[in-house]
Amino acid sequence: MLQAEINILELEAIINGLRNGDRRSLARAITKVESDSADGREILRQIYPHTGRAHTIGITGSAGAGKSTLVGALARVQRKRGKTVGIVAVDPSSPFSHGAILGDRIRMQDLTSDDGVFLRSMASRGNLGGLSEMATGAADLMDAAGLDVVLIETVGAGQDEVEVATAAQTTVLVANPGAGDEVQSMKAGLMEIAQIMVVNKADLVGADTAVAQLKTLLAIADHGSWIPPILKTIAKTDEGIDMLADEIQKHFDHMRSEEHFDVERRNHVRGQIIDLTRAILQRRLIATTANDSTLETLINQVAERQRDPRSAALELADVISQKWSEY
Amino acid sequence: MASNEQSTSNAPVEIKPIRVLIAKPGLDGHDRGAKVVARALRDSGMEVVYTGIRQTPQMIAEAALQEDVQVIGISILSGAHLGLFPRIVDELNSRGIDDVLLFAGGIIPDEDIPTVEDIGFLGVFGPGTDTRDIIEFVRKNAPSRD
Ligand SMILES: Nc1nc2c(ncn2[C@@H]2O[C@H](COP(=O)(O)OP(=O)(O)OP(=O)(O)O)[C@@H](O)[C@H]2O)c(=O)[nH]1
Ligand SMILES: [Mg+2]
Repeated sequence: MLQAEINILELEAIINGLRNGDRRSLARAITKVESDSADGREILRQIYPHTGRAHTIGITGSAGAGKSTLVGALARVQRKRGKTVGIVAVDPSSPFSHGAILGDRIRMQDLTSDDGVFLRSMASRGNLGGLSEMATGAADLMDAAGLDVVLIETVGAGQDEVEVATAAQTTVLVANPGAGDEVQSMKAGLMEIAQIMVVNKADLVGADTAVAQLKTLLAIADHGSWIPPILKTIAKTDEGIDMLADEIQKHFDHMRSEEHFDVERRNHVRGQIIDLTRAILQRRLIATTANDSTLETLINQVAERQRDPRSAALELADVISQKWSEY
Repeated sequence: MASNEQSTSNAPVEIKPIRVLIAKPGLDGHDRGAKVVARALRDSGMEVVYTGIRQTPQMIAEAALQEDVQVIGISILSGAHLGLFPRIVDELNSRGIDDVLLFAGGIIPDEDIPTVEDIGFLGVFGPGTDTRDIIEFVRKNAPSRD
């Protein structure tokens, strides 16, 4: 048999396995999607028509805010409500070695022995992969595999926060009390990506102040028909998690209601396409500049103050689009 | 780096770091060694899933399945290796996982090493091992994923 034929059979087996709930096939499919291989793209293309059942929920917030603990607690509540749960936990890659330590499982140990839960850790892999590309892909695979709820944990850092918002249907922003400056520096724009705000570690002093600050910010944020609720949780002891699950469900129902469904779905898909395109362009930019002397020349000129960085960037953009149009 | 033609078209630029699971079974709570190894592997460009302490064979195998790792490193200090290692291999086999590289670190007496290797642990690294040796071992022996 030709290698290509073997490959097609292997992909078919993975896709069929995944759709029949075979966990190993799901795991292997995520690996292929994560490495952005040709196989991965083919798998995503084929399974997409079978997605759309699951509710994808993004959990984002600064490092150490208690996201993993919260995700674990939410997963347990969802299991009690009879739902199966997929989890994608993203940790940053080292900018130096490109390696990563993926430690989110530590806080979700009890879920490992539950076969109604599938937890996958992922490294952000810098700019090359594009967070939304990988997280959206993995979430789609879990959806097609029949998992009812997919939780996506990401460390919020600027662009990533926006990206998780488009990977998920409902985004939960996790803040902590005492992080007054942090809350205040959350621009109104950041509020607009979240449908639910959580002040976790509400057992610590300052929780009510944090809630009040969030409320003030929310008042000037531009949200649509859904007004984001602000909740207090103590993820460590499961406090407030039932209520959080209720609000998440309310947002889902709101999204799925006849009145909002079309607009919400189109907005979500628009965000996804734009984010994925941005990731693809970013990757191309990196690849092109690595193989072209234009950037080096421009760097020299700007460093010598012979020209300004903005005009250099415009010239680089022109050169790149010229090159791209040749293919 | 891929060729110019490839990288500017839509052809995928595949990214495939080695994925490793580091687990610490048993009841003792000392995971300093496991963390040192995890960090060294991270610093050499690998993606290391760290599960934490008190992992049962079943938890280790299940995590390996979900994470689709190519390599599993077990840190053991308790002396229970001859009991635990066969159970880990059994749990992996029962899930159809037969293509991972297994290695062990920690305290394993010399006379047990042949048995441990027979069970399927290709590498055994005692206390004081230079982490560079572990990195090299993993690089050389990790099965590819495609
Ligand atoms: N006091 C208190 N501590 C909490 C609470 N929730 C989580 N923690 C603790 O906060 C620390 C960080 O928790 P994680 O769940 O790992 O936080 P994270 O946001 O996932 O961290 P990263 O993934 O590293 O960004 C741990 O020590 C938790 O036990 C809470 O409600 N109250
Ligand atoms: Mg975490």
